[in-house]
Amino acid sequence: MNTITALKRALYASVAFGLATGMATAEDYSQYGIKADVPGMCSFEAIDAKDYTGRTLNIITHAIPVIGEPTALHARQFQELTGATVNVVHVPFGDLFQRIMIPFQTGQAAYDVLFYGSLWLGDFNPYLAEVPAAYQEVAGMKEVTETYRGIAGWQGRMLQYTMDGDRHYLKYRSDVFSNPEMQALFREKTGRELTVPATWEDYNEVASVFTNMDWDGDGAPNFGTAEVTKRDDLMFSAFISRVAPYAKHPNVKGGFFFDLETMTPLVNTPGWVRGLELFVAAQAAMPPGGTSFGLGDEIFSFGGGQTLMSYSWDDAFIQAMQEDSPIRNKVAAAILPGAKEVWNRKTGQWDTFDEPNRVAYVTWGWTSAVAKDSANQDMAFDYLCFFANEANTLADLQIGRFGINPYRDTHFDPAFYETEMGWDAAVAETYTATLKGIDTAPNQVFDLRVPGVGEFMSSLAAGVARAQSGEQSPQEALDGVAAEWTAIVDRIGADRVREAYANVVALEDR
Amino acid sequence: MYRQKYIFLLPGLLVLVAVILFPLIFTIRVSFSSWDVYNPGLNNAGGAMYARLWDDSRYWEALWRLSLLSLSTVLIQYVLGFALALLVWRDIAARRFLRVLFLVPMMTTPVVMSVIWRTIFHESLGPLNPILEALGIGAQPWLSQATHAFAAVMIVEIWQWTPFMFLLLLAGLLSLPSEPFLAARVDGAGPVRTFLSVTFPMMGAISVGAILIRAIEASKIMETVYVLTSGGPGTATETVSYYIYIRGMRDFQIGYAAALSLTYLVIMAVALTLIAKALIRLMVREARA
Repeated sequence: MNTITALKRALYASVAFGLATGMATAEDYSQYGIKADVPGMCSFEAIDAKDYTGRTLNIITHAIPVIGEPTALHARQFQELTGATVNVVHVPFGDLFQRIMIPFQTGQAAYDVLFYGSLWLGDFNPYLAEVPAAYQEVAGMKEVTETYRGIAGWQGRMLQYTMDGDRHYLKYRSDVFSNPEMQALFREKTGRELTVPATWEDYNEVASVFTNMDWDGDGAPNFGTAEVTKRDDLMFSAFISRVAPYAKHPNVKGGFFFDLETMTPLVNTPGWVRGLELFVAAQAAMPPGGTSFGLGDEIFSFGGGQTLMSYSWDDAFIQAMQEDSPIRNKVAAAILPGAKEVWNRKTGQWDTFDEPNRVAYVTWGWTSAVAKDSANQDMAFDYLCFFANEANTLADLQIGRFGINPYRDTHFDPAFYETEMGWDAAVAETYTATLKGIDTAPNQVFDLRVPGVGEFMSSLAAGVARAQSGEQSPQEALDGVAAEWTAIVDRIGADRVREAYANVVALEDR
Repeated sequence: MYRQKYIFLLPGLLVLVAVILFPLIFTIRVSFSSWDVYNPGLNNAGGAMYARLWDDSRYWEALWRLSLLSLSTVLIQYVLGFALALLVWRDIAARRFLRVLFLVPMMTTPVVMSVIWRTIFHESLGPLNPILEALGIGAQPWLSQATHAFAAVMIVEIWQWTPFMFLLLLAGLLSLPSEPFLAARVDGAGPVRTFLSVTFPMMGAISVGAILIRAIEASKIMETVYVLTSGGPGTATETVSYYIYIRGMRDFQIGYAAALSLTYLVIMAVALTLIAKALIRLMVREARA
């Protein structure tokens, strides 16, 4: 084990012990499932001192368990501590956007607190209250990494209260990659060494070699790759992961989805088409039914040990690392594969790189906010501050189904995963190094956070699905998407979309 | 005296206006606005949404797909429902048990059943493909290839709604008078001849009613598609209702979704009227003859 990690583990254990003994004199909140309260403005003790008796807080959130379960859990705790009445409405994902948007548009203060996908900020921003300065200064918020603070902001104001961090990364079976027999097999079939894929071409090649064979010896066939391919099930994020290194040139600024100056869609440029061609080609290495996998299928396919590689959010990795998982500690994480040829839209040529262009895709992420029209903003921000306090977050991070993933500097410490979750050191190292690497990557892509993002992504997913099913070629499909995007921009107004998109480009080009 | 009559009618009329007419009128009004995520409220967009609809090939393709899906599933449901009703109409063993058994699919929630069927069709983890392999048929790409996915949606629809057809047709069979059947037997007619000349003609009116009710329901198919395929692969199973859901709920194009819905309502009303007339001419007139 690495010396620094060992020292961190010892330090972590001693801090935890110190906190625990220190708390022995203060009130004990361990019955709420936390290890120890962490003093501060958002702590259990501080919230316990508040009295909201006779007041009601209305919260809208996702269905249980993802985000919905921790929302309800912390709502119950908040209610017990403060005396407030807290109503939580759980809504399926497909209805969440409109259930929030309709009250906004019709001027009803239906909900005080909202949990939703952070990419909807482009639509919701006119209706959200700015996070008060006092809450921005709490220790927990100060520890939020620059990337996730950036996602919470809109035109210089913090409108979203950060409580989750999401990104796409590569997951693979480390036991297979390090198995000499598998290495020999790969060498025999391809003439090169088996390495963790550095490009999407490598990824497809590795996947194709290890598909439809029983490489884990359990008697059932295994497959090369599990990806989110089902239309309308966040497939657009998987597609963007594959496209980004071909289309997001490290030296070309000013937009990935659009050319910020002209607001011309870039979705049918050669880099995007190359990404789609490889996405379509990868279907041959997917499990049966893999061409219609939703996120849940992808999680169970990789997390259940069926497939060699996958890429998306944390869920599949966490599933693989559950205590009862047959592949616990047999997985590793890495930044998404890249591309050695990158389309330069300024010169209209492919540029070649010796080291692959790796693009970190910071996608989605649950977030929370307080409605501008809420009459209970003080209580609403106290709830969010309590939800995301250090003690609650460390407890929530350990429960995979909650859907809360690392977003603070302290969450990238491998010692936490070793000590608290029992992960092997190597797994914890690759996991935290990958997450940290994404957070500090020089070339990043963010979601298209503009008004009408749902329509843009729906159009993109439909076009990609047409190419996947063979209804159209990748170029035809993306030409169709570009035409639809142009029509959407015309309808909304190019200046309006540009103004919003400039916020995204500012994050990417900083 | 006559005026008092209207006072008594007023509560009923008000309920009718509130429940039926107001939502319809409001939808018409919304369809002439461009209400969406960035233009909230009821502005006046004229016929822009209808003009846009005209060029929306995805909508028309979905309408064609829906027509194929609903007509084929309702026809199969009718044939199967009639066969099952004939089976339990006569005195056979466990008749009561079979009647209840046949109704189970209809009494389950469509979304829940679609989730279960999605698991059954799951190509890696579902039980169907191993059974087919054991039978020597081989695993099928149920949800990942266009024709198979369309067939999967049909199977679920037929499985779920054949009992409804069965229920209506069984009620019709039980209400038939016994004299024509006695007369047929006296004349020496066998079972096939009796069915073709007596049972089927006498069931004409009930059959038309059952087919139309099911056709109206089938034209709104949404849950099965939503859960089973999300309209995919590609757009292979995207129906009009699902497309309107995407435009209205996912993309939040309220004005456009209202225009799509109203156009769909008019098309379906006209189509179902024509189908009803054709069926009555074909099936009910025969009965009279």
